[in-house]
Amino acid sequence: MQKSFDTPKIVTIEKIIEETPTVRTLFFSDETLSKVLPGQFAMVWIPGINEIPMSVMISQEKGKAAFTVRRHGLATSELFSKKVGDQIGIRGPYGNSFTIKQGKLLLVGGGTGLVPLLRLMTFLKKSDDVTIIMGAKTQVEVFFEGLANKLLEGITHQVIVVTEDGSYGEKGLVTDVMEKLFKSNRFDSIYTCGPEKMMYKVVQIASENKSYVEASIERMMKCGIGICGSCCFGDVMACKDGTVFDGQSLVANKEFGHTHRNKSGMIENY
Amino acid sequence: MSPDISTSVGPIALERPTMLASGILGISLDVFGRLYKEGAGALVTKSLSKEPWDGYPNPTVIGMGNGYLNAVGLSNPGAPYFAKMLSPNQTVPIIVSLVGSIPEDFIFMVKQFENVKILGYELNLSCPHVEKVGLEVGDDPELVRNIIRSVKKESKLPIIAKVGLGSSDYLKTVSAACESGIDGITAINTLRAMAIDVETGRPILSHKIGGLSGSPIKPVAVRCVYEISSKFDIPIIGCGGISRWEDAIEFLLAGASAIQIGSAVGEKWTGVFSEINNGISKYMERKNFTKIKEMVGIAKKF
Repeated sequence: MQKSFDTPKIVTIEKIIEETPTVRTLFFSDETLSKVLPGQFAMVWIPGINEIPMSVMISQEKGKAAFTVRRHGLATSELFSKKVGDQIGIRGPYGNSFTIKQGKLLLVGGGTGLVPLLRLMTFLKKSDDVTIIMGAKTQVEVFFEGLANKLLEGITHQVIVVTEDGSYGEKGLVTDVMEKLFKSNRFDSIYTCGPEKMMYKVVQIASENKSYVEASIERMMKCGIGICGSCCFGDVMACKDGTVFDGQSLVANKEFGHTHRNKSGMIENY
Repeated sequence: MSPDISTSVGPIALERPTMLASGILGISLDVFGRLYKEGAGALVTKSLSKEPWDGYPNPTVIGMGNGYLNAVGLSNPGAPYFAKMLSPNQTVPIIVSLVGSIPEDFIFMVKQFENVKILGYELNLSCPHVEKVGLEVGDDPELVRNIIRSVKKESKLPIIAKVGLGSSDYLKTVSAACESGIDGITAINTLRAMAIDVETGRPILSHKIGGLSGSPIKPVAVRCVYEISSKFDIPIIGCGGISRWEDAIEFLLAGASAIQIGSAVGEKWTGVFSEINNGISKYMERKNFTKIKEMVGIAKKF
């Protein structure tokens, strides 16, 4: 791994894919970010607006990387509305990554939380048996289904899409499907990324079934490099000790699934 | 006999000379407990204000290849919230950093900690990137006198003043602090600095101007500790660019009784405290020092 650069480096957006009406993937050239490990993130500077942590999306092109952004707050809306030719700053990669295990693997993700799980797919072995459960509220918000199937070509796999309203795929929550799967399967390792309430349930189900599980968590982040303390999560820092933690440490962390901190550092409930 | 690395800064006794500098990681009791276990002799909190502050938008902290530039904007959950959060504390040596504009701000905040177990206070008279507090206060010796005297009246706990290089002679601030009964001086804070991105032409920090920390400021900090210790009879905590044991020793030789580590936590993570403690211990063994105080200010003899 190349040394990370803590000063923003300016890159130009070269291509944009509209994933859903509120989600876009922005592609740019950067050798370092093209090679990051699954779960690692970059700090993305939207000049004049803000700088936010983003999981690094795969590009399928050599020397290129991407960010998949959902229009939500000010910074993500500004990033979402960037055009080809616009400039953004990047620094990183930061954080640890998912532990790549072999065997029967289960990936559970929702929304842009799918980004590190798709990158994880590019590290799997032909001998693995992979199931991914992808969650969305409704059909129009489903994305990455085709890409997941493509990335898993040649590997025994199953892509299960779940929508809360049942407009596409199975109806319900990803964790409902996960519970059903556990009735007749056991998994060597489970990886999850998405809304914390979802991950909390995933870790709970995995722990009850004595399966190894890792989750990539999200917290209010400012520096991304273990200085400011904004992303503290129990006695660990999401940016430097994480963002990936194993089930055992998550179960022991009283903040997991319950609280996070705001910009001033006050604890708020999820 | 293995050397004793305990030290004291005036009335503040420390098991180890390496403290966590203010502004770094300091927003949770769990984290303070972890850093204490990992070797820090004391933990200085983020600077607290009367009210919660969100700080500035990002970018607030960037690396400079060597050292860091920051304008976090003193984000903190406010003194009342923080005091409540620290209230279960029994064993962790915590120093509460305070920032404000007028004596009343500090009196209000000190009252919050009346029943909380802490070692003392560090008054931030030197933050370089928030208006009306920090350096703007430190640059006004009369205000410094009033603040320190007010806090002294309100609390029996030791009080340290953290000074930096503002627009007036910092030694006048130190002098005012000493006259007002301060128990120790932390020197120095970050130095006013900025970085501009050449592709976009924009200042990188959202606040444009911030504070430079890390090894680039170390020689300036060593000079300040040396000057203060030469001119005043006051315990000093050295701060500025300490990332190796050699740096820590250099500050002790210049006249510091303890040191604070900030940027190096970003570079080396939490193991940096024990790494530096071990280095100090080995150096003392090699040089036949049995106590930290035997080394303090040696460089002034020459």
